[in-house]
Amino acid sequence: MALVDTAAPRAARPQIITGKIRPEPKGWTSWITTTDHKKIGILYLWTVAVFFVLGGVEALLIRLQLGAPENTLLSPERYNELFTMHGTTMVFLVVVPVWAGLANYLLPLMIGARDVAFPRLNAWSYWMFLFGGIALYASFFWTPPEAGWFSYVPLSTKEYSPSGGQDAWIFMAHLTGLSSMLGAVNFIATIHNMRAPGMGWGRLPLFVWTILIYSYLIVLAISSLAATVTMLLTDRHFGTNFFDPTQGGSALLWQHLFWFFGHPEVYIFVLPAFGVFSEVLPVFARKPIFGYKAIAAATAGIAFLGLLVWAHHMFATPSATVVLAFFMLSSFVIAVPTGVKIFNWIATLWRGTIEFRVALLYAVGGIGTFLIGGITGIFLAVFPVDWQLTDTYFVVAHMHYVAFGGSAFAMFSALYFWFPKITGRLLSERMGKVAFWLTLVGFHTTFLVQHSAGLSGMPRRIFEYQASAGWHVYNLISTIGAFIIALGVLITIINVVRSLKHGAIAGPDPWKANTMEWFTPSPPPEHNFDAIPRVRSVEPMKDYRRQIEELSGSEQRFEAGKPMAHV
Amino acid sequence: MDPTRLQKLLTRAVPAACVALLVTAVPASAGILFPEAGGGSPGAEDIRTLYAIIFVLGFIVFVGVEGVLIWCLVKYRAKRGRVAAQIHGNTKLEIGWTVGAAVILVFLTIATFVMLPGIKNPAASDIDINGNPIASNAAFASTDQRKPPEGQALNIQVNGKQYVWQFTYPGDEGVFSYTRMYVPVGMTVTLDIESDDVQHSWWIPELGGKMDALPGYTNKTWFKVTEPGTYSGQCAELCGRNHANMYAEVVALPFEEWRQWYDDEAQEIADAKEYAAQERERLEQAEGEDATQGTSGASNTNSNPAE
Repeated sequence: MALVDTAAPRAARPQIITGKIRPEPKGWTSWITTTDHKKIGILYLWTVAVFFVLGGVEALLIRLQLGAPENTLLSPERYNELFTMHGTTMVFLVVVPVWAGLANYLLPLMIGARDVAFPRLNAWSYWMFLFGGIALYASFFWTPPEAGWFSYVPLSTKEYSPSGGQDAWIFMAHLTGLSSMLGAVNFIATIHNMRAPGMGWGRLPLFVWTILIYSYLIVLAISSLAATVTMLLTDRHFGTNFFDPTQGGSALLWQHLFWFFGHPEVYIFVLPAFGVFSEVLPVFARKPIFGYKAIAAATAGIAFLGLLVWAHHMFATPSATVVLAFFMLSSFVIAVPTGVKIFNWIATLWRGTIEFRVALLYAVGGIGTFLIGGITGIFLAVFPVDWQLTDTYFVVAHMHYVAFGGSAFAMFSALYFWFPKITGRLLSERMGKVAFWLTLVGFHTTFLVQHSAGLSGMPRRIFEYQASAGWHVYNLISTIGAFIIALGVLITIINVVRSLKHGAIAGPDPWKANTMEWFTPSPPPEHNFDAIPRVRSVEPMKDYRRQIEELSGSEQRFEAGKPMAHV
Repeated sequence: MDPTRLQKLLTRAVPAACVALLVTAVPASAGILFPEAGGGSPGAEDIRTLYAIIFVLGFIVFVGVEGVLIWCLVKYRAKRGRVAAQIHGNTKLEIGWTVGAAVILVFLTIATFVMLPGIKNPAASDIDINGNPIASNAAFASTDQRKPPEGQALNIQVNGKQYVWQFTYPGDEGVFSYTRMYVPVGMTVTLDIESDDVQHSWWIPELGGKMDALPGYTNKTWFKVTEPGTYSGQCAELCGRNHANMYAEVVALPFEEWRQWYDDEAQEIADAKEYAAQERERLEQAEGEDATQGTSGASNTNSNPAE
């Protein structure tokens, strides 16, 4: 095979020498007209980064308002607008599209394809996402929505929320929903049809497995959201009465349809995060993933069960006990495959040689944090206990442990892990470690005490509280923690901006990783691979390294404790 | 100490210590680690007990899993010369932890269903509607999920409105109150929770769980206060801009005092009604006089001509 250039003096790396077929397009027009999955991926990731900062600033304003009792920093109207924008931004414009962006970039590289199945559809998907975000934020300077990210009726109906902000929210849900669906269909087609020769289902990287399942979940769940927001739109403007009880509609219907989307949404944003953990841990433990099949099966199991647990968001609504019991049990059952994943990750670390790079720290910090969110989830699944805990800060804490601990930590882990592939440069490990510890400590400072605030009776979404309620200490700690997180994120941003120009050159495979994206140069050329290599195991790069070793006689394997990246 | 004696001592002391810890630590740390309770309402107490069971199990899982995770990170950190074991998995282990996780959840399921009737079904009242003690609660054990024995409960209509709670008491007197609900100590109180506008959620943490008030539906819950006092809470579901200030208080009075309050309210309402009737009569008379004097238009005040 002529895949490997063995003649060059530093040929001791598995690398395809790619000939430039035609010059790559440059300039800003190349970005807005691109159908290259890598450029679209980068567009996605930058857009997500901007929304993440916006959502973060909103969170800081919320925390500032709650930092002291009877605070007058924000009016109730502004406060409701801010938590609505924060929730909507983080769910619809950050934690879901971030995986669309990352998968866009990585998926074809990981399965040995030259692009996704439908490149133009892919570009459409990105632009719909951007316009969805703009539709929402366009309302920000006039009348933002203020009925919460879940927009419960009747509060979100014309009668109680007459402003156009609510309509902006609906259009955001339509546009980002369309974007997610187009992306999902694209990923499904790509994964089913465009895998490299030899890559059977048992050799699919676990991140790709999670993206496949994520895509199926999007198709099933977002259709429910699309229908329900359309019903809200027609109720608001075209005289229908789907949700008006005085006209034979039902206010409870909204909650069922919304959470039929809303709970799978949790798995939509957390399964790819699990995929990141499953890719990062084996690389830095220098050990194969423990229980590949169990993790892949658990992913599918979680997704299936994730479609059957939606009413656990509705335990306090007027519902029959048998319904509550069903949703309690289905929520219990989903804890089993989730637990299996956590045990497998720990078993992957067990007897490995663990390299404490920033990507690994975020992965491990994410798993440890997510575990707490999983355990508090069991409390909330028991519906009589949920009657005490629901709609309090206990739930706020729980869902941030899941969403931040699962998804956001995985986001940062992925950033440190794949930044060298995307940009060709390494992020600073030293700054990364500082940022990691600030984020971790800040996170637990912010959210651990929120459990206690909830247990002592503090409901969600209140813009003020009396000093006599006894919640001010919890809230002050929480506010301080939020600013520690902000500092951590700020350092991460500085690190990214600085490393784009000044980071150490990464080379094609700085971590000696396992999956095929590391076979290409960093950044990869427009067509990814000159020749698609054959896949012979779930860790193809290990095979290629062994092959090069045999051909060239040079040591390719990684030795524990040595610096990993060629700097 | 000889080992069998030590073992014996431990087998007795450890469970005893656990029970003692639960009994003393749970109420002491209410609001920090455990939910509120303390009004003596059986539902709230049972929820807290169930919570404590989950807490103990969850804490063991937490310490175990985080402990192994951190231990692995420390023990297997990369060192020069160390080689990672190339293990791909272990089917027995996979089955083991799957079953292990499932067993914990089966246990929790059983615990929940054992505790559930006590939380969900209204307890029998200690006093009847006239304040007389009821001799035996056992006689009223009911299989009905919702209604305690007839006549032995105070049924109050709870109506959520932006941004106030309205309580309507049973009886022809039509007694009602806003924000403060007055109840007799020892009597089971059942609530029919409704809403006039948007969704609200009824919640007094010390007396039990919350129940949503959703327009078009009647939601039900109950409590029984055994300690006189004032128990406060607030609306728990986002209901608009002033959601933060939609408070509720349950004032539990000894039966005689409650009866006094109720009679005073009833009297006040009767007086107000009488006053209103007198006013109406006076106005109607005045109108009648106007009409006889030939002033037109007065007949429109009582009926809409468009109808």
